Amino acid sequence: MSTTAPAGTGPRPTIVLVGHGMVGQRFLEALAERGLTATHRVVVLCEEPRPAYDRVQLTSYFSGRTPEELSMTDPAFLADHGIELHLGDPAESVDRTARQVTARSGLVVGYDTLVLATGSFPFVPPVPGKDAEGCFVYRTIEDLLAIEAYAKARATTGAVVGGGLLGLEAAGALQGLGLTTHIVEFAPRLMPVQVDEGGGAALLRTIEGMGLTVHTGTGTQEVVTGDDGAVTGMKLSDGSTVATDLVVFSAGVRPRDQLARDSGLTVGERGGISVDEQCRTVSDPRVFAIGECALASDGRVYGLVAPGYEMAETAAATIAADGMSPELSAEGMPPAVASGTASFTGADLSTKLKLLGVDVASFGDAHGAAADCLDVVYSDSRSGTYKKLVIGSGGELLGGILVGDAEAYGTLRAFTGSVPPIAPEQLVLPAGAGAPVQLGPSALPDEAIVCSCHNVTKGAIRGAVTEHSCTTVPEVKKCTKAGTGCGSCVKVLGQLVTAELEASGVEVDKGLCGCFAQTREELYEIVLALRVSSYRQLLDRYGREDARGGDGCEVCKPAVGSVIASLAPVIGAENHVLGGEQAALQDTNDHFLANLQKNGSYSIVPRIPGGEITPEKLIVIGEVARDFGLYTKITGGQRIDMFGARVEQLPLIWTRLVDAGFESGHAYGKSLRTVKSCVGQTWCRYGVQDSVRMAIDLELRYRGLRSPHKLKSAVSGCARECAEAQSKDFGVIATANGWNLYVGGNGGATPRHADLLAQDLSDAELVRLIDRFLMFYIRTADRLERTSTWLERIDGGLDHVRDVVVEDSLGICEELESLMAAHVDAYRDEWAETIKDPEKLSRFVSFVNAPDTPDPVVGFVPERDQIKPDLPLLAIGIRPLEGSAQR
Amino acid sequence: MTLAPETTTTLTVRLRPAATAATAAPGADDGWLAVCDLSVLIPGRGVAALLPDGRQAAVFMDRAGRVYAIDNRDPFSGAAVLSRGLTGSHRGRAFVASPLLKQRFDLASGLCLDDESVRVTTYEVQVE
Repeated sequence: MSTTAPAGTGPRPTIVLVGHGMVGQRFLEALAERGLTATHRVVVLCEEPRPAYDRVQLTSYFSGRTPEELSMTDPAFLADHGIELHLGDPAESVDRTARQVTARSGLVVGYDTLVLATGSFPFVPPVPGKDAEGCFVYRTIEDLLAIEAYAKARATTGAVVGGGLLGLEAAGALQGLGLTTHIVEFAPRLMPVQVDEGGGAALLRTIEGMGLTVHTGTGTQEVVTGDDGAVTGMKLSDGSTVATDLVVFSAGVRPRDQLARDSGLTVGERGGISVDEQCRTVSDPRVFAIGECALASDGRVYGLVAPGYEMAETAAATIAADGMSPELSAEGMPPAVASGTASFTGADLSTKLKLLGVDVASFGDAHGAAADCLDVVYSDSRSGTYKKLVIGSGGELLGGILVGDAEAYGTLRAFTGSVPPIAPEQLVLPAGAGAPVQLGPSALPDEAIVCSCHNVTKGAIRGAVTEHSCTTVPEVKKCTKAGTGCGSCVKVLGQLVTAELEASGVEVDKGLCGCFAQTREELYEIVLALRVSSYRQLLDRYGREDARGGDGCEVCKPAVGSVIASLAPVIGAENHVLGGEQAALQDTNDHFLANLQKNGSYSIVPRIPGGEITPEKLIVIGEVARDFGLYTKITGGQRIDMFGARVEQLPLIWTRLVDAGFESGHAYGKSLRTVKSCVGQTWCRYGVQDSVRMAIDLELRYRGLRSPHKLKSAVSGCARECAEAQSKDFGVIATANGWNLYVGGNGGATPRHADLLAQDLSDAELVRLIDRFLMFYIRTADRLERTSTWLERIDGGLDHVRDVVVEDSLGICEELESLMAAHVDAYRDEWAETIKDPEKLSRFVSFVNAPDTPDPVVGFVPERDQIKPDLPLLAIGIRPLEGSAQR
Repeated sequence: MTLAPETTTTLTVRLRPAATAATAAPGADDGWLAVCDLSVLIPGRGVAALLPDGRQAAVFMDRAGRVYAIDNRDPFSGAAVLSRGLTGSHRGRAFVASPLLKQRFDLASGLCLDDESVRVTTYEVQVE
């Protein structure tokens, strides 16, 4: 048996932590932050074979997260702070007189301070068969691996006992393993603690819709086993039976307080180690208990991670204060608590979770326990959405429940306890139902808690910006820990940081680039109002002092080029993208009217309006691709992309395409790309309007329109939405009475459903509204800002845009329409013009001094009966870089 | 390969590798190679020239009429595309941004402004 130095005799006092879960790890971090790891020896005894990991995200193992990725412990953290971690070696006994802990391995560690963070264990109801082969609990990574192994080997059906938070997590895991899954819940609804009857009903519908079978209002009477002793089913208290190969007990947890009981510490009647407001055990001032094993001073055991973290902080702060006080007296009386020391007096049980893919949140007085409180309820069974707010007699928000859509959770929770600045019903109505919430975090009071995992207030976040000079979200996260827990507040965090930077003394340079101090919108106004038709003129007159007379940069040249191109017909500027000065402003794609690919070759996309094409034209595309050896691929926008053309081939290819009636598809430009369509009323038995005709009309109207970023559109012939119009910058969906117009949709990395701008429009009304919308966007958006981000950024959001383009609140609609009319009138096909102009054509060569020679590093190799870039050819071409370090 | 015939009526742009001057034999043509007429260059836009050794040069003219030449190969991708990048100036120094991944290169020194461990070859330029 090994024995370390007894307490008090070593050079440094010793802190022993029993348990290395999430709360234990947080406690170690709090010790390190306070410098206690430097002044104390810290020893950790951990039962599990791995260091602290994210138990809350356990189920994410089934979506591909490895146990390593779930880890919350950086090995460097333990090493840097000299923390001694003993894995797989739980504490077995505590001798409080000798101040020693004995671990299973026989290791004995003396302590000056002992912190118990032993967590909880799953409660398994005492039913016959509960220990049979095939019965599991769901608590640790090891539990999870055991369930996985058993399920893969011999199970097709699984049942979870318990329909609470953990039960649904476990059910998600079983479903993730491909098992037919049952949930048995004793209460009459799922998640009885968090949600009410209405919320439970919404949850039930959604979960049943995923193919899970839910048995509520019934208990488990017996686990039935087969001849081999393994699980075959369950008998329920309502007399029914469930056939299952595997049972997971997830019927709640109990505090692990046995070690405390055995060592004579006071525990509560229903378990939990009794502690005071400093998380010090009521029995022994040298012993603390934190997290799920502790019975807090308010008489509750908290099973959530956020209160656990708060207790970890409190204990660490108290130990730090102890260190500064005189030694504990011989009688073991606690020193007077230094003023300002942290305390834990109870916690908010607000939670936001994603269970089986369903958002569930509850906060504050979710069940309306307060006297005289009233409910505001929004319920939509179709979408499985249920939202309830509990409002006090003074109009203050007391709490609420959100199921199916918990987007508003961050805002609502922060307003809990105060009277929201807008009517409560507006906070629960879904966006697009006429009353979208426009309640930014700027409306929050400073004391509002933004990050509940780490208890960070709005005031603290503002302080990070104003006092600690943080200017980005990652810096604020590092400084305050906000957003580093569950991450649900990160969006609000970003809005707060931006708002604070703008509001505080920190100068936010909104200029377009190093050459212009104006935003793109301001430059647009200057170009339009003063009829500035040249980039140079704009730079020399309105550029930043030190940029005037210079060459500009790669940021403002294309941006200004686009503004001038958008306004060319009305300001009298050169109307061809390669004409005059315009040529030098374009990115390479616009410069060669094609899309540059990785080996220096280009791709070509002819316009196919609405995706409608004749067989003759298809044949031409096929022949051109074949004759020039191009790789062909169908695009997502219902047209055909041809890859692998050399610069000098572009005019030859386009001569053939223009002859066959094709024109530029502007795939290379920040301009309208395509208007997708479904076949609509003409062919489809569901169609209610001619979507193809409308798509063609729109595509031809807006083709060539230069804008801050690319524009995509689609027209669907009925509400089935086969053209996916709601993922487009402007999308049109047919109704029996006309057209609905949606705006601000996006696919890509940050998908956004478009918002409904107006309903049941006639053809003419639709076109007029899109004219206004697009021109307003082109006028006010930032460089490279898609309509989706623009709509979320501009003051007033969708309501403001609707006011401007539908109600004409700014009185500019006539101007917007005439700008669009000028564009439509002035449109000419860029490629048809280019192939007629020898001066422009002369630029389509690989080499100015050898116009007939192709670029030798553009080469291709075969793949799947077509070509692909010969990348080794590029690599061979790379010579060692002169005078440079190895990269 | 066909090299464009030299004309006598307009100014001609000639290049040679920046290291040539010291090593060229006296009395030789000093390594200068005519690549194009000055009139072909558009301020802010580049052209590519094929050199006898198979290398490629990207030739640019800025607003002030200064002509620069650097290697046409983008060292980050291997593609010969730097001549197709957008140019600009920063604190009076001319640069080109690669059209592929937008790294910027100083036209006078060839140094990459976004990664100082990278440099492209430069060429001396003569306009006569």
